Amino acid sequence: MSNTVSETPAAANPNPSQIQGVKLSGERAVPVIPRDIQTDELVFNMGPQHPSTHGVLRVVLRTDGEVVLEAQPLIGNLHRSCEKILENLTYVQGLPYVDRMDYLGALNMELGLVLSVEEAGGVEVPKRAQYLRVIMCELNRVISHLFASGQFGLDMGAFTPFLYMFREREEGLKLLNMVTGGRLLYHYIRYGGVTRDITPEWAKLCLAWCDRVLAHMPEYDNLLTWNNIFLNRSCGVAILDASTCMDFAVTGPCLRAAGVKRDLRKDMPYSSYEDFDFEVPVGPFEKGVVGDSWNRYRQRLMEIHESLKIIRQAIEGLPEGETQQKKISRAWKSPPGEAYVASEAPRGEISCYFVSDGGKFPYRCRMRGPSFQNIAVLELCSRGLLIGDLIALLGSIDITLGEVDR
Amino acid sequence: MLAVVDHATPLSAHIANWLAAFVGLEPIWVFHAVGALVVATGVLALVVTPVGLGGVYLERKLAGRIQNRRGPNRVGPYGLLQTLADGVKLLSKEDIIHRGADAPLFRLAPYIVFLSAFAGFVVLPFWPGGAPANLDVGIFYFLALIGLETIGIVMAGWSSNNKWSLLGSMREVAQVISYELPLGIVAMCPVIVAGTMSLSGITEVQAGPIWKWFVFRDGIWAIVMVPAFLVFYVSGLAAAKRAPFDLPEAESELIAGFHTEYSGMRFGMFFLPEYALMLSISAVTSVLFLGGYHDPLGMSAEGGSMHGVWWWGLIWFFSKTTILFLSQLILRWTLPRLRIDQVMYLCYKVLLPIAMACLVATAFLRLFFS
Repeated sequence: MSNTVSETPAAANPNPSQIQGVKLSGERAVPVIPRDIQTDELVFNMGPQHPSTHGVLRVVLRTDGEVVLEAQPLIGNLHRSCEKILENLTYVQGLPYVDRMDYLGALNMELGLVLSVEEAGGVEVPKRAQYLRVIMCELNRVISHLFASGQFGLDMGAFTPFLYMFREREEGLKLLNMVTGGRLLYHYIRYGGVTRDITPEWAKLCLAWCDRVLAHMPEYDNLLTWNNIFLNRSCGVAILDASTCMDFAVTGPCLRAAGVKRDLRKDMPYSSYEDFDFEVPVGPFEKGVVGDSWNRYRQRLMEIHESLKIIRQAIEGLPEGETQQKKISRAWKSPPGEAYVASEAPRGEISCYFVSDGGKFPYRCRMRGPSFQNIAVLELCSRGLLIGDLIALLGSIDITLGEVDR
Repeated sequence: MLAVVDHATPLSAHIANWLAAFVGLEPIWVFHAVGALVVATGVLALVVTPVGLGGVYLERKLAGRIQNRRGPNRVGPYGLLQTLADGVKLLSKEDIIHRGADAPLFRLAPYIVFLSAFAGFVVLPFWPGGAPANLDVGIFYFLALIGLETIGIVMAGWSSNNKWSLLGSMREVAQVISYELPLGIVAMCPVIVAGTMSLSGITEVQAGPIWKWFVFRDGIWAIVMVPAFLVFYVSGLAAAKRAPFDLPEAESELIAGFHTEYSGMRFGMFFLPEYALMLSISAVTSVLFLGGYHDPLGMSAEGGSMHGVWWWGLIWFFSKTTILFLSQLILRWTLPRLRIDQVMYLCYKVLLPIAMACLVATAFLRLFFS
């Protein structure tokens, strides 16, 4: 692993020698087996039916006992050629397919495609629709982060926090269900707007839910975040420093936990994100080393706070008006043109390079997904980890295989 | 009737004598064998039933409560028969021994684990004189059985011909050689004080009110015995392979560890001993440190109103065991899992020095204060 890239802030990389070669586990180095003992290497097939690969990821491990020498992620078990399908369906027909990419942040996936198409076609989106998109996407982000944090706890062997987070997630899914009609895959954001408006009653329920999530955050902290065993398992484990993140185009919470302040909602605002007042939390946090597993976990919890802030502001400042551009019909097609718009999904940057030749179908929809980019770092970052730490790495990167394989 | 049995004679010998007197035939060893069988069957019936129906049910219900859900509530009143239904399900499932497995070892392994977990109950003094077999080396026998279980687990991991299983059983070995040292050493502290390795003998020395129990003994012993008790409890958690020491199974890391390839009742043969071991380790902890079947007020001591009353002792024995058992369950559903090098670090560098210090301090205290 090269640490010669000088872009890294000094604080992000306290001791470069610690990151090279043998990984840290707290302050103790992982035991290295002396070379004069002849041992065979084991080749493991982790997945696609492994409980902690978060789907159908297959990782081929070469290990020395428990110490991972090499971890090669083999992806493609869930490949459905989403991008090609989009080229063979009309605009309106194709939209639900992107939901199936990152099924835990489906609304953000829709937004990724829709923003590019609207940019290329010059479609104006009413202000109210933009705010509704923000509300729903942030709701989706909170739910996704709750899932990811709980799942990370589960990977560390703590079952209970997972179910505590699912309690709030369930309520959030009900809220989404009330508006969009779907619990996981929504098909809510359309070209030029959104399908349904919210009611004042729903807004009240949603604000109450935000309060409830905030009230429950200390519960997660007591149960998991500050748990000594959990800290020992995740602090200083699987460090993903800023330069590595940049080399591998890692985005999202993983990048921010490594100390890089990059959030497209702030840096290149889309869909009226510039109207809202929120912070971009970045690592390092209270414990551990910048960019370690614990910081990535903490990053998500901190982002939940900010997302709730955005939801509250958007509901309170929701402008009056249309929720959908009237001229977008079922047979709508984009005028010739191309566009590339990136947006911030729960797992990182989702963007679409969209080309239209003016025909019935899109000419090309090339999606750039965060999970696909983030999983690439696994091979480099897993060297010298114990198998338990590899699980921590996988869990804290938080990938969705539907989006890796598309 | 049972309460007047003196501690030196095993229960099976009493049954044998009674049978011999009743039938009036020779040779006497036949009756001894019958007596031993009766005791063994009785222990299994008395122990497997509460373990299977009680322990598993209790864990699932408690886990449900901790996790903001209800737990089993469909089969029978309050879901009490859920475990029974699961047992029927396990029995009726297909028994798979896959082609790559070493079939004889694969078949044998669950029985060794089952045997070693349940055989530990034989030496437990449930009430005054109520140990099914009052061995002079009771605690030694118990620790040896825990070691025997490891063999079954390694056998399962190896014969499964599955790398995850193998990794699980190697973790078990690493864990055993780590926790057995502190476990064995702190178990010697009560033995030094009591001057016997028999679990009944150790309990009898603790007769009297709560300050006679080894963990608080006369105040001064608490300096040694409280850390010893904690070390024994933590090592006991590791011995029972319960969280945070459930590394051999480590669901999120090793799929199911050493029993990945087992299905049906063979899996049940791994599942049930886990609870048995938790219960028996809780029981041994209560015997070694918490006065076994003695109540906190000293009513069961010599001259007390409940001296020698068997059900009174049984109540206290089971309540202490159950409290320790429940504490294990609460830990299980609260804590994340340690990593294997952290387990070894904890056992060798934290628990072992404490255990050694306790042992030496106990010896000195014994020399000067008793």
